[in-house]
Amino acid sequence: MSISANNAPSSFSAFIALIKRDLMLSYRHRNELLNPLLFFVIVVTLFPLGVSPEKTLLQTMAPGVIWVAALLAAMLSLDTLFKSDYEDGTLEQMMLSPHSNALLVLAKIISHWLVTGVPIILLAPLLGLFMFMSAEGVGTLMLTLLLGTPILSLVGAIGMALTLGLNRGGMLLSLLVLPLYIPVLIFSANAVDASMAGLEIKGQLYFLGALLVLSITLAPLAAATALKISVE
Amino acid sequence: MTDATAGLHIKSISCTRGYRDLFTDLDFHLCPGQVLRVEGKNGSGKTSLLRIMAGLAQPLEGEVLWQGRKIQHVESDYLENLLFLGHRAAIKYELTPLENLCMAKSLHGSKAENGIEEALYQVGLFGFEDIPCGQLSAGQKRRVALAQLFLTRARCWILDEPYTSLDVVAVAMLENLFTQHINNGGMLVITSHQPVTLQAGEQYRLVLPKTELEALV
Repeated sequence: MSISANNAPSSFSAFIALIKRDLMLSYRHRNELLNPLLFFVIVVTLFPLGVSPEKTLLQTMAPGVIWVAALLAAMLSLDTLFKSDYEDGTLEQMMLSPHSNALLVLAKIISHWLVTGVPIILLAPLLGLFMFMSAEGVGTLMLTLLLGTPILSLVGAIGMALTLGLNRGGMLLSLLVLPLYIPVLIFSANAVDASMAGLEIKGQLYFLGALLVLSITLAPLAAATALKISVE
Repeated sequence: MTDATAGLHIKSISCTRGYRDLFTDLDFHLCPGQVLRVEGKNGSGKTSLLRIMAGLAQPLEGEVLWQGRKIQHVESDYLENLLFLGHRAAIKYELTPLENLCMAKSLHGSKAENGIEEALYQVGLFGFEDIPCGQLSAGQKRRVALAQLFLTRARCWILDEPYTSLDVVAVAMLENLFTQHINNGGMLVITSHQPVTLQAGEQYRLVLPKTELEALV
């Protein structure tokens, strides 16, 4: 049949169309996007005021503090991932689309990462300077964020999809998702630490890369299945 | 209702809500060119039945067959032939009617002969295509959702209360479209609290919680 013959390209065009639509929606709601980013900046800038402005102390704390703030900001931003689609019935229509649900979910996660993860990566060098990080440190920080924030979005999507139908899913979401975020935090903060000490960081980066590949392949499938249950 | 493998077969399904049975052992065929009107009081399970038929919800017992095979097994074939419009219209208020329909069209991969602008013209939204849907009236939002009916190639339409907040002209336009769809061998399942007058096809009525179909002339 002609419909199945061109199924592949049309799945891809649905994928692109969904990313475009979500980016357009985020653009029209750009105020909402500022909240997690402001949170990220505020938390990091408060540390020198609250703890001590001493250079060496801030340098030792910097990787951990910036990464913890980035992780919490990513968790804050998860709320917008599926909520409005769930409420207005778009999610139902996604589930009823002949295209692979996992592919459509991946499109949503990618556009979510583009508007929440990428700004965090871009702001990180500035915050690194606040915390007296060295140039190599800032470089590694950006690299770990580049590998790590997509994992946060992908894994968070599973948690969000599972807790979508619940009234107060926020608490449960953190319980579900935080344990899975911890390896990312440990390896990333450790990589930044090591690079500031002039040590080799390949191992940590490989591990983050492996986690990223794993979550790109499995998270959309898991999130799509969870969404199906939530829509029911 | 002769050919056992054409169309949609609802095979002895039961559905409960909480501890309440909505309907038990519901069994019927819907063949091309047939219309099914689902009626019943509020809370009698009309929407639940429609969601089960669309594969969005699982029945407690029984199964739904498309062309003689379980819908879970022929998922993409069934979904290509299905258009389900529920209470929630899947319309984004921040997007214009044009953008909303573009998305709907690419989600369903339908290769429409007439374009989106034509569909908007048909539902009387010509001139509104660049206004965010949030600024449209309830009836106009409904019309945006219903414009999908002009874009789709799906043969089985499952519509939950399509007449909600529509004016007389729009209802007449829809009935026209339904008649055309049925005459082209389409299937239609519809719930409505308003009378539906179609001049086409075999029409059946299901009044929940009864499980017998009544033929309408």
